[in-house]
Amino acid sequence: MSARISGVSGKVGFNDLKQLPGFWTRKLGKDLYEVFIGPQHPGSGHMRIIIRVDGDVIVEADPDMGYVHRTMEKLGEGREWIKGIPLYERMAIHDACNVTLPYVEAVEKLLGIEPPVRAKYLRVLLCEINRIAAFLYGFGIFGVFVGHSTMYMWPFGDREVWVELADWLTGARLTHSYPIFGGVRRDVPEGFTDSLRKAIRYMRKRLEEYRKIYVDNPVIRARLEDVGVIPRNLAIELGITGPNLRASGVEYDVRYNAPYEVYDELDFEIPVFQEGDSLARVWQRVEEIKQSLHILEQVADWLDKHKGEQIMHDRFWKTAPPLYKKVFQETGRVKLVPAFAILKVPKGKAYARAETARGEISYYVESNGANKPYRVRIVSASARNAIVFKYILPGHRVMDLPTIYGSIDYFPPEADR
Amino acid sequence: MNIDELADMVRNLLAEYVVNVEIGKDLVHVEVKEENIIEAAKRMKEAGFDHVKDVTAIDYPKEGVIKIFYHLSSYSKKDLSRYIVGLGYSIPRDKNSVPSLYGVWTSADFQEREVYEGFGIVFEGHPDLRPLLLAPTVAELKPLRKDFIVKEEPIFKK
Repeated sequence: MSARISGVSGKVGFNDLKQLPGFWTRKLGKDLYEVFIGPQHPGSGHMRIIIRVDGDVIVEADPDMGYVHRTMEKLGEGREWIKGIPLYERMAIHDACNVTLPYVEAVEKLLGIEPPVRAKYLRVLLCEINRIAAFLYGFGIFGVFVGHSTMYMWPFGDREVWVELADWLTGARLTHSYPIFGGVRRDVPEGFTDSLRKAIRYMRKRLEEYRKIYVDNPVIRARLEDVGVIPRNLAIELGITGPNLRASGVEYDVRYNAPYEVYDELDFEIPVFQEGDSLARVWQRVEEIKQSLHILEQVADWLDKHKGEQIMHDRFWKTAPPLYKKVFQETGRVKLVPAFAILKVPKGKAYARAETARGEISYYVESNGANKPYRVRIVSASARNAIVFKYILPGHRVMDLPTIYGSIDYFPPEADR
Repeated sequence: MNIDELADMVRNLLAEYVVNVEIGKDLVHVEVKEENIIEAAKRMKEAGFDHVKDVTAIDYPKEGVIKIFYHLSSYSKKDLSRYIVGLGYSIPRDKNSVPSLYGVWTSADFQEREVYEGFGIVFEGHPDLRPLLLAPTVAELKPLRKDFIVKEEPIFKK
């Protein structure tokens, strides 16, 4: 074996050139090359994008997903209902509450139960904490993509604040398995809401600093403005979702269009941008963090006013042994009651959706009355956003690819399921 | 618009095509005949259902059918977006070719590829029907069908 990466025997040609790591290129015809970006590329994550370039203009793009496919739909069919929660949250571990919530809701709809109000507020609390943490994660990755290393370090540092809060609330930094059928696993610890308010104040200050150093930075603006424009009608036709959709001028947010939990009782705005370019998508996320902070303030006030209320539906709570109730009285923790292990869900079909950080996630859940789901169909936000690469990249230059990829906030493990 | 009104609206809209309407939790499932699916889809799109949330197939080996559903919603009309409408049809399990709705909804592009790889159903008219997530050798096994049983190895061997 020779040490060459790819070679043609004899004459020195294009294929003898040393190639960048993560890139593999071959010539298709005169002036037309095929470039394989990923899946080991440091930026792209577990995904490959095959692009065909004429000069450095992309003429065709083929997103090649599936490198982290974990067959969740099939695995879900073979596991008891409760085991679905820790399974599905592996899609987006730092957005775990948002991702598993619609599954829990769909099962609750089939069971015909509704969690107590305090449990709903606690779910919203963790959902918004997760949302902010996931946005900051996306900012960091995007910062690396456009070569802004401060914007990599800062959001990852600030994300720690929210991850620590989630850790304090649920006992796990990521993969919290927090919402369970009929309620949540834990109540807020003593002193939690005060720290939350502190974190909100801190984050507001930091967002202003992000604006100065990054979003309003002329160098960054020159790279992002008018790049990767998704017009409104195309955004609708492609069915993309989340901040990317709203940055293209579509007023759609599951929290507003089909409110779940207590979102219809809270006061918040849905920011919408009209430009549809990469810069608008960044601004969109900054504005959404502000709204999440506003929601968290209201949730913290409500939780302080309604201390000690039930956080688990009676159907499960009354089956709990006395020891469990004692533990709850003393520590605020709900241990999983044995009733979950033998849970059978009535026959029926349910559909539930939630707005995750990256967009809408939808679960179609069908039960035939057994102790395992008959069919669970999950379509996550990134899975629906992946279509953007195929339809938006052509016409752009190769240097715009990281910009577009980063601004979509695509997350391969979530897309591959 | 509540869910019953939505079901009535869809029933009137699709009129002669409707075979069965089923109301689930936050979900209306409308079944039509397979040969009418493209006309039905066009009518739905004209009525404002502008994108596909997911395309899914459900295997019923006992009845010998597979049901294919397109779950639709609307970005442009707010009252249609509260609940999900599933437009679908049944095919016999041994049939493996159905019409593609890519021509009606571009958003069905990747979703139909997923159904293709999981169930081995070929969508005629889809411009680029290849497995999306799975390797071609795995897709040949039609892994999402019920007769594909996942053998799990025990952690400790006896």
